[in-house]
Amino acid sequence: MEVTSIQDGIIIDHVPAGTALKVLQYLKIDPSKTRLALIMNTDSPRYGTKDIIKIENVEGIDLDVLGLVARQATVDIVRGGRIVEKVQPHLPEHVVNVITCVNPRCVTTTERGIDQMFHLAHSERQEYRCDYCDEEAKL
Amino acid sequence: MTLDDLSRHQILELLHKAAYIDAHRREVSHTCDGRVLATLFYEPSTRTRLSFETAMLRLGGKVIGFAGAQLASVTKGESIADTIKTVSNYVDAIAIRHPKEGAALVASRAASVPVINAGDGGHMHPTQTLADLATLQSRFGRITDLTVGLCGDLTFGRTVHSLIETLCRFGNVRFVLISPDELKTPQYVIDRINATPSCSYVEVRDLVSVIGDLDVLYMTRVQKERFFNEDDYLRLRDTYILDEAKLSLAQPHMAVLHPLPRVNEIAVEVDDDPRAAYFEQVKNGMLMRMALESSVIGDELPGYVPLEPKEVQA
Ligand SMILES: [Zn+2]
Repeated sequence: MEVTSIQDGIIIDHVPAGTALKVLQYLKIDPSKTRLALIMNTDSPRYGTKDIIKIENVEGIDLDVLGLVARQATVDIVRGGRIVEKVQPHLPEHVVNVITCVNPRCVTTTERGIDQMFHLAHSERQEYRCDYCDEEAKL
Repeated sequence: MTLDDLSRHQILELLHKAAYIDAHRREVSHTCDGRVLATLFYEPSTRTRLSFETAMLRLGGKVIGFAGAQLASVTKGESIADTIKTVSNYVDAIAIRHPKEGAALVASRAASVPVINAGDGGHMHPTQTLADLATLQSRFGRITDLTVGLCGDLTFGRTVHSLIETLCRFGNVRFVLISPDELKTPQYVIDRINATPSCSYVEVRDLVSVIGDLDVLYMTRVQKERFFNEDDYLRLRDTYILDEAKLSLAQPHMAVLHPLPRVNEIAVEVDDDPRAAYFEQVKNGMLMRMALESSVIGDELPGYVPLEPKEVQA
């Protein structure tokens, strides 16, 4: 497979196979307006198969969100065609307006203009709970 | 406020204040002169509202608010945050009850005055737990070193979960969880007990077999709609009804608690037994709300001497 390498941007590697589109959605990246390359279900020595996302010219991507949806992913920062930095996402303590609470009795379903806020309730289990109603997040 | 926001010392201080208030009702009757409390009840809960309002009146303060039917005309579909921002201009503290879970947090973030959670859906009802603790404190002089039986619906009973979690913060409690298999205690509550080395629990189906071991028996409603079929409900219902016959097997000092209102899970004949503590619980609820309201507003009770920090176990 031939994929144009990027000059300036990021490469998100070791994305769980088949989840690249979901990851883009959580990162709030619009594929119709962004120059990017997706490689899906490719071989991975480490995990069997994986997805890779390459994004050109990105600024201000919330990498904490990546810790949430693709814990095992790694991020390469590319400048001038070279990888200048590798970043491992970590689990964020607080997540604002990324996950939506699914509890129908939660105040976020009726109150206008409030943020969807979740906190890391149990780091071993990677369990996030709604700040308002304590319902566990469905990722 | 939620109970987790209160330190153990603050909870003990509130218990201490409630006892002081009970013994000095006349002395504290002007503590909150000139203050106004708003009771914003987005769902009718007349008992809880009366308790909050009586507490303020007995401290010398005044009360405004709305409940149930008046809601539509007061809020006109306004967000909770906007209503709270408006009411914050009128009053010194707000007690809010709302059917949606987390409504109290929305309110406290929007408010410029202290907000007390008077119940947000099935989520939390901290002042009920404070009333439960005050009842243990007044009956036993302590809230630790007790064998506490909780009986009935342990799956959906939020007051039961909150009481267990709060007692775990103080430690040294043996829990006896008495329920049918269909209504057992949820795992996160069991996890909380397991995470507390000084606390332990047993799960049993039969009240009669354990009632003699208990210092406290906390009864809850077993609701028909929790069961798949009528037969199961009828079969189990009587097992979890407390009457004089079952009570005769209990220790003389045992205290019977219930968050009220009851349906039939405690026979009326039990009311006259000195072990019945559930109407005391109502009184303690009001005393704890008096302690809480005066504390959040920042009015000192005349003659009250605060707890020494050293009296609180580490
Ligand atoms: Zn929620």
